[in-house]
Amino acid sequence: MSPEKAQAYWRENISMIVKLLLVWFVFSFGCGILFINELNAIEISGVKLGYWFAQQGAIYVFVILIFVYVKVMTGIDEKYGINE
Amino acid sequence: MDLQTLIYLFVGISFAIYIGIALWAKASSTKEFYVAGGGVHPIANGMATAADWMSAASFISLAGIISFKGSDGGAYLMGWTGGYVLLAMLLAPYLRKFGKFTVPDFVGDRYYSDVARLVAVIGVIFVSFTYVAGQMRGVGIVFARFLQVDVNTGVIIGMAIVFFYSVLGGMKGITYTQVAQYVVMIFAYMIPAIFLSLQVTDTFLPQLGIFSQTTFAFNTGVEVIPEGTYLLHALDQSLLDLGFTEYTKPGNLWNMFMLTTALMLGTAGLPHVIVRFFTVPTVKDARISAGWALVFIAIMYTTISSVASFSRINLIKNVQNVEYEAFVNGEARNVDGTINHGKWFQTWENGGLLAWNDRNQDGKIQYASGAAFDGKGGKPVFDAENRDKDGHKLTTNGKPIAEEEELAKSNGIANELYVDVDIMVLANPEIANLPNWVIALIAAGGLAAALSTAAGLLLVIASSISHDLMGQIIFKDKVTGRSTLNENTELMWARISAIVAILVAGYLGINPPGFVAQVVAFAFGLAAAAFFPTIILGIFDKRMNKEGAISGIIVGLTFTFGYIVYFVFLGGDPKNYLFGIDPTGIGTIGTLLHLIVAFVVSRMTPPPPAHIQDLVERIRIPSGASEAIEH
Repeated sequence: MSPEKAQAYWRENISMIVKLLLVWFVFSFGCGILFINELNAIEISGVKLGYWFAQQGAIYVFVILIFVYVKVMTGIDEKYGINE
Repeated sequence: MDLQTLIYLFVGISFAIYIGIALWAKASSTKEFYVAGGGVHPIANGMATAADWMSAASFISLAGIISFKGSDGGAYLMGWTGGYVLLAMLLAPYLRKFGKFTVPDFVGDRYYSDVARLVAVIGVIFVSFTYVAGQMRGVGIVFARFLQVDVNTGVIIGMAIVFFYSVLGGMKGITYTQVAQYVVMIFAYMIPAIFLSLQVTDTFLPQLGIFSQTTFAFNTGVEVIPEGTYLLHALDQSLLDLGFTEYTKPGNLWNMFMLTTALMLGTAGLPHVIVRFFTVPTVKDARISAGWALVFIAIMYTTISSVASFSRINLIKNVQNVEYEAFVNGEARNVDGTINHGKWFQTWENGGLLAWNDRNQDGKIQYASGAAFDGKGGKPVFDAENRDKDGHKLTTNGKPIAEEEELAKSNGIANELYVDVDIMVLANPEIANLPNWVIALIAAGGLAAALSTAAGLLLVIASSISHDLMGQIIFKDKVTGRSTLNENTELMWARISAIVAILVAGYLGINPPGFVAQVVAFAFGLAAAAFFPTIILGIFDKRMNKEGAISGIIVGLTFTFGYIVYFVFLGGDPKNYLFGIDPTGIGTIGTLLHLIVAFVVSRMTPPPPAHIQDLVERIRIPSGASEAIEH
């Protein structure tokens, strides 16, 4: 693979990581800690939303994020012809 | 069948399976010993990672800790799962592409320095030993509680089992054993949790149980909370009545933030977790394997918070204002007239996890906020010989009858109870009156959790000694830079190191230094401050050189270690906390310092040689990982 192509591949990888880690931060640190009091004002069947994110919701988001990353990266790998 | 026979049966069968797997998966090369030959299916590896990761503490203690912390306990749940996202995106794929066997391998090669390699070896051994001592103790405790053997005998039996499959099978044996251990522990955790959820809320899935309504009315001691109240409302209200803060009310968010970050970074920096991603065939497998690991962890971790709230409410419902003698003899009644079985109370009093000090001498148990005993952390000291006339275990450091001031804080109720966090999982089946085989299952599950983590850690210790220390530093050919040990000699050293590591871990399990329990939580802070930035910078910053890396590790590790030692062991005053940060969360600042120091130092010193920059280029591109460099 040429150095330019390798660099372009790496840039796409980084930009994907940054986007996904932003989502990661918003749903864990954001919803579960920084804005927990605000979200706690919303309540579903006796469960406060901020509390739910900190204790359960964030974990589901983490799982989804990893599988999204795998899928997107497989696509990018194929585009650059470096999938196995 | 009686309970004891069932426990022997369940534990015996599970041990037979582990040993059978060990015989089948014997390692015949160093590659099989260190990374299971690099051919483990990503789903199997995910399951093994989950078992490796979820320790005796996760299985036995975490629900109880969250039960008493309430909302703030979310730091542990997010912290111990969120790190996998970092692993999947920032570490696992590139380290797999790098294609060698250990974390010091990467640090030593990437930073072209045996000093860096040695620092990494010491870090790995230090972090892993503090962690493993707690696991061996956990094995001993489970044996002692369920199999009626001495804690030390329990540790020795545990050592023998781990010895068998890790010395013989190496990573290959451990991986396939951990798959079996995961299955045992997840059943052991989920079955009682589902029963409990059905009992408390009539909902099958514990994850949804917290959205449901209570199936019973109960008296908090201040008021009757009617049947059909939303579960968390009932819990919040009863805790408020008893002088606690509400269960779902957040506490110190700054410390929660710091602790969550330290646990996430620590997870992504723990050597026994990282090394798991060396065992799969390709880079893509390494990415997806992190996803599967998190799926298997999430099944348990999303259940933990429900178990925590169910068991707290169950505790209040069952023990508040109940007459001790009637309770333990199965004659006490609930609000609705059904029998409130209390045999478990006496069982766990005998086990030392519960203590009752009848401060107002009314023969009834009262539960509220505040300590009932004078010991550190409200812990009781039991009177070894005498029992009270109603049969309860006497203590020698109980607090006297409460003053007005204490009573005013908790609606006139003085706390008479000591509850150990571990009871929330261990005693659940008995509190919920579940069949004996469920209790036997918990014993097998607790052992699986402790053994799987211990084995993973021991392997990391063994491979850093035989592969990194012996192979790459001591027996290195000065001219060629290669190890002078041949395959069979290194494999022999690996097995000898594993034996030594098991003996040391067993010794630490039998004679635990007083601080082991605390140190385990700090292993994360240290792993975060020492390893996470070094590895990340090694991949993402091509300009990072050995000067930056070594100074970063030293600053991160020294700062974090010093802060913890000063405030936890040398009696530093919490008023002097840096920015008010609790020592458990200080790894976050240690990591930050590491990053800053490494960056600044690397920019003031020469860039790394060209072949190292090529190495960085190479690990960034996923193809060709299966033809990993052999050495």
